[in-house]
Parts: sequence; structure tokens; C-alpha cells
Amino acid sequence: MQSKFKNLEIWVVMAVALFVVVALPCLNACTPESSWFHVSNFTITVYGKYLCYAMLAISVDLLWGYTGLLSLGQALFFTLGGYMMGMYLMRMIGDLGQYHQPIPDFLVFLGWTKLPAFWQPFSSFPFAMVMAMLLPGALAGIFGYLAFRSRIRGVYFSILTQALTYAACLLFFRNSLLLGGNNGFTDFKFILGHDIREPATQRYLFIASGLALLLVYLLCKWLTKTKLGKVQRAIRDSENRVMFSGYSTANFKLFIFVFAALIASLAGVLYVPQVGIINPGEMAPDKSLEAVVWVSVGGRGTLIGPIIGAFAVNAMKSWATRAYPDLWLIFLGGMFIFVTVFMPKGIVGLPAQLRMLWNRFARKPAGETIAPPESVTEVFNQEFKKSPTQGTPKPTPPES
Amino acid sequence: MTPPIKQFVLLLEGVNKTFDGFKAINDLNFYMDEGELRTIIGPNGAGKSTMMDIITGRTRPDTGKVEFGKDTDLTRMNVPEINRLGIGRKFQTPSVYIHHTVFENLLLSLKGPRGVFNALLALTTSEQRDRIEVVLKTIGLTKKAEDLAGSLSHGQKQWLEIGMLLAQDPKLLLVDEPAAGMTDEETHKTGELLLSLEGKHSIIVIEHDMTFVRQIARKVTVLHQGHVLCEGSVDDVQNDERVKEVYLGRKKKN
Repeated sequence: MQSKFKNLEIWVVMAVALFVVVALPCLNACTPESSWFHVSNFTITVYGKYLCYAMLAISVDLLWGYTGLLSLGQALFFTLGGYMMGMYLMRMIGDLGQYHQPIPDFLVFLGWTKLPAFWQPFSSFPFAMVMAMLLPGALAGIFGYLAFRSRIRGVYFSILTQALTYAACLLFFRNSLLLGGNNGFTDFKFILGHDIREPATQRYLFIASGLALLLVYLLCKWLTKTKLGKVQRAIRDSENRVMFSGYSTANFKLFIFVFAALIASLAGVLYVPQVGIINPGEMAPDKSLEAVVWVSVGGRGTLIGPIIGAFAVNAMKSWATRAYPDLWLIFLGGMFIFVTVFMPKGIVGLPAQLRMLWNRFARKPAGETIAPPESVTEVFNQEFKKSPTQGTPKPTPPES
Repeated sequence: MTPPIKQFVLLLEGVNKTFDGFKAINDLNFYMDEGELRTIIGPNGAGKSTMMDIITGRTRPDTGKVEFGKDTDLTRMNVPEINRLGIGRKFQTPSVYIHHTVFENLLLSLKGPRGVFNALLALTTSEQRDRIEVVLKTIGLTKKAEDLAGSLSHGQKQWLEIGMLLAQDPKLLLVDEPAAGMTDEETHKTGELLLSLEGKHSIIVIEHDMTFVRQIARKVTVLHQGHVLCEGSVDDVQNDERVKEVYLGRKKKN
């Protein structure tokens, strides 16, 4: 039953993925705008954005739901990946900027006439992509190494990750970093020789995001099935036992942390060309918190949950920020509280929760569940009827 | 006290540990033979758990020698390293992986490589399955192999944790109050389980419950204020005036 259900999940995901990466772009490209089946360019861009958010959500869940590490700074790695892509896109503007100089506008504005040395190699797409993996990976590696080696856990780990992303946010706001200050990068023109504003280009980016999400999903699915995945969940449930079984938990946590950072970065890389802007605001602590809400709404500790959560919450956000712009944050907070209190397993856990409720209320009159389970009577007989004087369990003595 | 030239499986000599001015361990000397089943008793705060922490590398002693087998200095190693030497520890409160099945709990504990990349590619071999079968039989949980560990009763969780130690085939087992919270019947079964391991492994059992101590004890060490008060058989220890004063006078069961 359990394994059948799990296989079912994979098939549903594959079917949805096929629909997303084939059907939606086809409907966008091949149907006339007046058609009932037409998918607008706007929809493609918005859903492309959600696909990237879903990857970010998976990376949060891999840490929080599977390893018990609540990272409140995952958007940092997302944004860093985005910046690496952004630097490449800025170089591709060439001299088409406002000042018609061969260097990005904001550098002209800051009084630069030549491209700073560290900007030079970003004209190369492969270089930018390698950096998009190296930089967040290295940052996660160094931070994780120090944090896990010092046995920083629980809420302290969360606070540190939050502080890290806030510090990075303040750093990127500075013009002297030569990464665009508070405006960040925008006004992109070309990606890999294609006009970035063309619907066809956006369609390809959408397909790439869909495939990337599918790849991330399958990779994580595999990872959680390996022994490493079992150790990962064991760390979540009883880290002491894992350490006292000979595993260096710090190494395992470091591996997962870096892996999750790479997923977040990949999401950021695909996000930037679709939304057309990246700035330090994406690193602000509240962005990471939002990702945590997506995961808890969708259902943490599952891989399908974060995807559902990212889509559901962001679709709601798109609607609410238009309908009630001032109330969105209250809405988001309220939703988080509601889910935490009443739906601890999120949307994914809802069917099981409803089934339990159904069993408790609807079937009660039928008398199926009122009788105490057999085991209780059995235990009672064993414990009290056989040896009435010795039946009660001894209380646990206090730890010495 | 001069140590004999004999080879001990575990040796603690002149160990001291102070927490914020409180001397938890005070010039502790402790020697254990290979294959021995040793019981440690002592009132609350006698330093029993701190002693376990020092042996397993969770706490570093301020001074003193802690050696395992042939000149392996434990004071310089961390928790996983010491465990990999073959020292298993069972905690007082059962700590098992509640969202894993009983089988998986044992699988993760089996002796073998512990690296990250090994874990990424490791497959379960038939030898491992056989080994797990044996352990399941020893702890009497064969029928529960596919159940989630979280669904086990308190006593079964305790046995599972002992099984997890056995899966590693450790040279030395440290068992902290295995009978805590158990019914008398479960306690008795636990005692039998520990006795059946005697000789194959060296075992240290910490216990409060004197009925249980009587069942399993060969040689008993009494700790008091971080120091060994006396050692001997249960009867010797129970008749010792100093022990009566500090411990049994208060704790003796009706």
C-alpha cells in the first residue's frame, strides 16, 4: 500500500511535468491569442517564476523537513545564483545601455570608464554558470563547516542563517561592491544570443525551469532513498544516537547544506532572466521566511509538498497583492499560524488528516472504533490480573 | 594504587572533571577486564553519567588517563571516532529513530563504513540482512522488523536500542539504566538479555534498581562523589558500612 502510493506520486509528478514542459509552452506558441486554450506570455513568465520558487522550497525542505535544520537564509543562495546570472546578462547588454558605453550603466554612473577586473570573465556564460555553483557552494561550505563543527543546532542555527543573509543583504546594498547597489541589475537585453523579451526566449526559459525542477525533484527523491537519506532523517529524529553510532553528523549536515545551497542557486539562476531584475532586496530576511511558509503550507518532510506550497502560496500572493495590497503580510502570517496549529503536515497531509477526522466522527455511531483495542485488554490482563502486586511500571529515576 | 601489568579493556586513572567549581569526577580509578559484566551503582550526582560521557568522548576530563584496550588514548578523540573503535553507548531514555522501521534502525547501526559518500552509494547486502535477522532474534523483535520504531512500547524501544549497539558488534557496551521505566517482567527480560551477552562483549551497566542489580551483577562498583567508594560482589557491597551510609540506607528496596 505504502510503496504503491509512493510510486503513484512519481507517476503523477511525471505527468504534471510533461504537461508543464510540453503542453503549456505549446499552447502558448501554437494557439492564437483569441483561443480559449491560449496560454498568455504573462502566464508563462509567472509560472516560470513559481517553478524557480518551488526549487527554492525543496532546498529549504531538504534542510528543515528532512534534516531538522531550519535555515532562515536560504534565499541568500538563491540570490547569489541570481547575481551570477545577472552579471552575465549585464555584460550581454553591451553598449545598448542608457549611456551607450561598453560597461554597465551603474558603473558609468559611479565614474568608471573601464570594466573592473572581476567583471571581465562574466562575458562568458559557462564561467558565470560555474561561478553560480562555486560561490554559493563555497559560502555554504565555509559557513556550514564552522557552524556544524561548533555544534550549532536548533534555533541558534536558524538565527545564524538569518543573520548571514541579512549581512549579505547590507553588503550588496553598498555601491562600492560594484554590483549595482540597491538597484541591482535590470534592463537585460540578450541571453545566449536571443532577445530576452521575446516570448520564444521566455518559453525556453520556462521549459528549462520545468526540467530543472523535475531534475531536482528526482535527484532528491533518489537521495532520500539512499543510506545517506536515512542517516539524514535519523539526524533529524535523534542526532545523539547517530553520533554515538559512529557517524560524524557534522559531515552529513555539511553535505546536505551545500547540496541545498546549490539547488537554491540553480533556482536563482533561472529566476533572474524570467523576472528581468535582481537586487539585494531578494536577500532580505523576509524572503527566506516566505520560503519557509511555502514549505510548511505544502507539507514538510515530503518532496511534493514544497512544490505544491510554492505554487499555492505564490498564486495566492499574486491575487492578494492585487486585491488587498496592504493585507498580504497579515494574510501570510495568519496562514502560517493556521497551518502550524491545525495542519502540521500541510496540504499534502490533509487527506490523511480528513480521513482521521472522518473516522472519529462519522463512524462513531456504527460502533466500530468505540471498543478499546484488543491490545489494551491484553496488556491489562497481563499486567494486573496475573501479578497484581508487581503490575505497575516503576517510575523513571531522575538522571544522575 | 598501582595497576597490574594485565591488559584491561578499559582503564581510567586519576581522572578529574570539574563543572563550574563542582567536582563531578574526583581522582577516579577504574579498571575493567575483557568480557566482564560490570555494574556501577551510586546515588544521584555520584558521577556515573559523567563517567560515561568521559569514556565516550562527550566530555573531556581535566586531568587523568582514559585508555581503551592497548594504549588507545580516548581523551583525544571525539564521539564518532570513539564509537568506531567499538564502544557503544545506550542512553537512559530510549533514543531510536522513530520515523524509521526497526529494520532500518538496525541497518544504520550495523558495523561498517561511516563516510558521507559511502552512505550515498551503499546498498544493503544479504550478509547485512542476515546479521540484522540475528540481532532481531536476540532482542526478540523479529515480528516488528517492518514496524516504525516510534510505534514500539517503551520497553521494546529500550531493547531496540540495545540491539542497535549489538549490530555494531562493539567490544565494550555502556548501558545506562536499561530498566528505567520498565515493568518487572520487562526488567527481568532485559537482565537475561544482558547476561546472555556476557563474555562476548565487555559490558558496563549503570543501574539504580537493586533487584535488577542482584539479577545481573557479578562485580559491582559503587561511585560516590565522583570517586570509587568500593568494589566487590553485591553482598560485599551491600554489607559495606560506607555504602550503607551513602547509598543503600536511602535506596534499599523493601
